[in-house]
Amino acid sequence: MSDTIEVDGKQYGVDEEGYLANLNDWVPGIATVMAAQDNIELTDEHWDIINFLREYYEEYQIAPAVRVLTKAVGKKLGKDKGNSKYLYSLFPYGPAKQACRFAGLPKPTGCV
Amino acid sequence: MSEVVKKFMYLNRKAPYGTIYAWEALEVVLIGAAFDQDVSVMFLDDGVYQLTKGQDTKAIGMKNFSPTFRTLGDYEVKKIYVDRASLEARGLTQEDLVEIAWEDFETEEEIENIVEVIDSARVGELMNESDAIFSF
Repeated sequence: MSDTIEVDGKQYGVDEEGYLANLNDWVPGIATVMAAQDNIELTDEHWDIINFLREYYEEYQIAPAVRVLTKAVGKKLGKDKGNSKYLYSLFPYGPAKQACRFAGLPKPTGCV
Repeated sequence: MSEVVKKFMYLNRKAPYGTIYAWEALEVVLIGAAFDQDVSVMFLDDGVYQLTKGQDTKAIGMKNFSPTFRTLGDYEVKKIYVDRASLEARGLTQEDLVEIAWEDFETEEEIENIVEVIDSARVGELMNESDAIFSF
């Protein structure tokens, strides 16, 4: 038995930790619904990171570990955003884990 | 942190697809990289195929993880070695291999390509210098 999440009247499969089962199913509404379940309203700053993660996955075929995410965000979006304090303020459950989930990616490699 | 840094070598000897070894090895390297050890990755025998350019896995229905090797630099792996004899035995040269860049985000020091083709004597030396070798 697998879990699902409902977005705009459609059901999407998720794994036991809430990560989207099929990467290609992702639509932005999924991120909005998952965020609402975590009591977060997504802002442009959240979307910057979510979109960044999707691009990273597209290019490298993995979800980056938090340390790598922090560095890569700093390089791409500026040093004021490439630090864990900023990223944790957006994603309190862990910038890599939580943001990857919203982005429809698998759990990051290197997260236990 | 005052922990002793050990020299870890990950040894890859198998072709990228057909078995799970290559992908699992890469995941172990990426996970291990979080522990601030001195990591090197060595490609020997059919393992050299893991780094070849232009891989296309559509027909075998497996994920093409070749692009993932290019993140090794982001994960602060700075030493990637390829055995020259293994390359030559398969009609390959460094030209056939992907390039992996490394950059220090603090100092902005950059290395364009950390993939180094080395001769067998050097392979042996590096193995001897390692504290632990993980063979896949």
